[in-house]
Amino acid sequence: MGKMLSVSELRKVYEVKKTAFSLKKDRIKAVDGVSFELESGKTIGIVGESGSGKSTLARCILLLEEPDEGTITFSGNDLLHMGKHELKRLRKDMQIIFQDPYSSLNPRRKVFDTIAEPLLFHNIIKKKHVKEKVIEIFKKVGLDEDFLDKYPHEMSGGQRQRIAIGRALATNPSLLIADEPVSSLDVSIQAQIVNLFMDIKESTNISMLFVSHDLNIVRFISDEIMVMYSGKVLEMGEKDEVFYRPLHPYTEMLIDSIKGELFKKAKVDTFDFNDGCVYYPRCNSREPICSKEMPHLTGEKEHMVACFLST
Amino acid sequence: MGFADNNRLLNVFDLRTSFSADSFALHAVDNISFYIKKGEIYGLVGESGCGKTITALSIMKLVPPPGEIVGGHIFFEDRDLATLSDRDMEKIRGDRIGMVFQEPMTSLNPVLRVGEQIEETLVAHKNISKEESKSRSIELLRQVGFDKTEKKYLQYPHQLSGGQRQRILIAIAVSCNPSLVIADEPTTALDVATENKILSLLKELVSGYGMSMLFITHNLNIIKRLGQRIGIMYAGRILEQNIVDDFFNEPLHPYSKGLLASIFGIKGNEKRLKAIPGSVPRLSELPTGCKFHPRCSFAMPLCREEEPPIREIGNEKWVRCFLYQN
Ligand SMILES: Nc1ncnc2c1ncn2[C@@H]1O[C@H](COP(=O)(O)OP(=O)(O)OP(=O)(O)O)[C@@H](O)[C@H]1O
Ligand SMILES: Nc1ncnc2c1ncn2[C@@H]1O[C@H](COP(=O)(O)OP(=O)(O)OP(=O)(O)O)[C@@H](O)[C@H]1O
Ligand SMILES: [Mg+2]
Ligand SMILES: [Mg+2]
Repeated sequence: MGKMLSVSELRKVYEVKKTAFSLKKDRIKAVDGVSFELESGKTIGIVGESGSGKSTLARCILLLEEPDEGTITFSGNDLLHMGKHELKRLRKDMQIIFQDPYSSLNPRRKVFDTIAEPLLFHNIIKKKHVKEKVIEIFKKVGLDEDFLDKYPHEMSGGQRQRIAIGRALATNPSLLIADEPVSSLDVSIQAQIVNLFMDIKESTNISMLFVSHDLNIVRFISDEIMVMYSGKVLEMGEKDEVFYRPLHPYTEMLIDSIKGELFKKAKVDTFDFNDGCVYYPRCNSREPICSKEMPHLTGEKEHMVACFLST
Repeated sequence: MGFADNNRLLNVFDLRTSFSADSFALHAVDNISFYIKKGEIYGLVGESGCGKTITALSIMKLVPPPGEIVGGHIFFEDRDLATLSDRDMEKIRGDRIGMVFQEPMTSLNPVLRVGEQIEETLVAHKNISKEESKSRSIELLRQVGFDKTEKKYLQYPHQLSGGQRQRILIAIAVSCNPSLVIADEPTTALDVATENKILSLLKELVSGYGMSMLFITHNLNIIKRLGQRIGIMYAGRILEQNIVDDFFNEPLHPYSKGLLASIFGIKGNEKRLKAIPGSVPRLSELPTGCKFHPRCSFAMPLCREEEPPIREIGNEKWVRCFLYQN
């Protein structure tokens, strides 16, 4: 199995004003030195709390936003050093389902055209067969023909989300980044869509990055799991390893919380600290060393962790 | 009808909201009735497209045209919102009724800092000073789980993550201490830890301030933890109304049973997830009789002919299903 995607030391920093009228800026390290490899045919599930950098990572990988540092290699191509033209050609192979489907769908375009356009643009299908193909895609995502002529605002939240999923799958991409693709769907359709992803996984060689806060679904669909916190990867490895033998206190807390145990009130210190582990202020098992430096991600590929207490 | 029961904050009665096309009308909400008591969380649950959001928008009188309320009443506090003027309605929105919209990005103003957006609501409805509204905004940001609130106060919506935006909307919705909060899938984009925090906060607001809440979700587990009563919606109708604890022990409608069975849990090594067979019918081609009968494994000939009426099963419990008719 070859490598589909490899990301190395990716960084994205946002600057925001300190106060409304000052020139001073705060730096938010949204993605802070992330490295990983995704093999073809495999799925990595990305979990982590709100604001941990999951969507920023997704946008940077597809160059929808320019990373500040790092390299991204997709199918042997160095994405950050490519001509516009070549990049455009690769676009059809890299698709994304955005977290907020409404703002990613063109409000003035009927949803039929939203899905038909990439099919025609990339010559995937002849014009006279395009309607059939679009209907087939609609079926797969559980929408019937009634919707062909609708505009996004004429649909419910979950119906729009399924249009976004259909659009991403239309061009048979080899890499799919799905940012919370099923969280706005009810269980029954969620099941249908997750099953659809599984079918595609089995019948093609698609590689996926699957961002979700629903650990049950992540566990169901992924081969590997990556745990993010504050722009960094705290733990990564094969899914059963991470699920049954979590090494990082943060991962442990996440997994406990789906077993129904209530979120334990963590210690929170409000002081600013710069050098220590990013999880230090909330960690229940911290030691003095943890406040001094950020541990590196270490270990075998099957299971890596960035924590002084586990290594 | 109306204010028979003083304890009811909201009483929706035979509400029908339609989208009319050239020759026919689609009833996205079709004669639904339910009420919410003071200090109560009512869960409205159903599959995608069943009419949950349109129900919420009807109560807010924000149904997008060509959709409109074509029948029924929405009694709230001492008025019928269905017939209220736009001007009067404006005073109620944001002040007496707060709402968390389903898609956070589309309901925030992209060119205003989030702090200012919270203040705006406060200043519009409450007679308070600039300083007061600022400190109240920062307090609200803290309550919805932000650590560095002063900084968040200064950010624009596009600078926030999906979950952060959702929390801003929650802060705006509760800012004026409304008596009713309508929350449309308020936690879908949140990780478990933040979701837990937000749910506890909402619970606190309900018990601490005596707020009532209409909680719309497709996630039955949340209602199990949070709600007192539940309504199950399907194809624009409410098929079952029940008390939460009873519902999880013994759901009444066959559709409810299917929904409960498809709750996703980690079990064994299944290769595929369980789904209710069949799919939600199109609004333009609803089946005759009970709208669920094509997917129902208990369907009888009668179910194809007539739509079952409401059948009371006990106190605050009813179902629309012929299995319960005698
Ligand atoms: N354009 C921007 N300008 C400034 N800050 C930003 C911008 N985009 C994101 N951020 C910040 O970067 C951090 C990471 O955001 P991101 O959207 O990647 O989080 P996320 O993990 O996807 O969270 P969620 O689960 O809530 O969607 C957040 O603190 C966010 O406020
Ligand atoms: N502007 C519109 N014009 C025509 N039909 C509409 C319009 N808005 C919504 N609908 C239809 O009304 C029905 C109910 O939509 P609603 O948004 O209430 O669903 P929902 O239960 O909130 O679903 P979801 O869980 O997916 O958000 C859907 O079938 C939808 O397609
Ligand atoms: Mg995100
Ligand atoms: Mg909705």
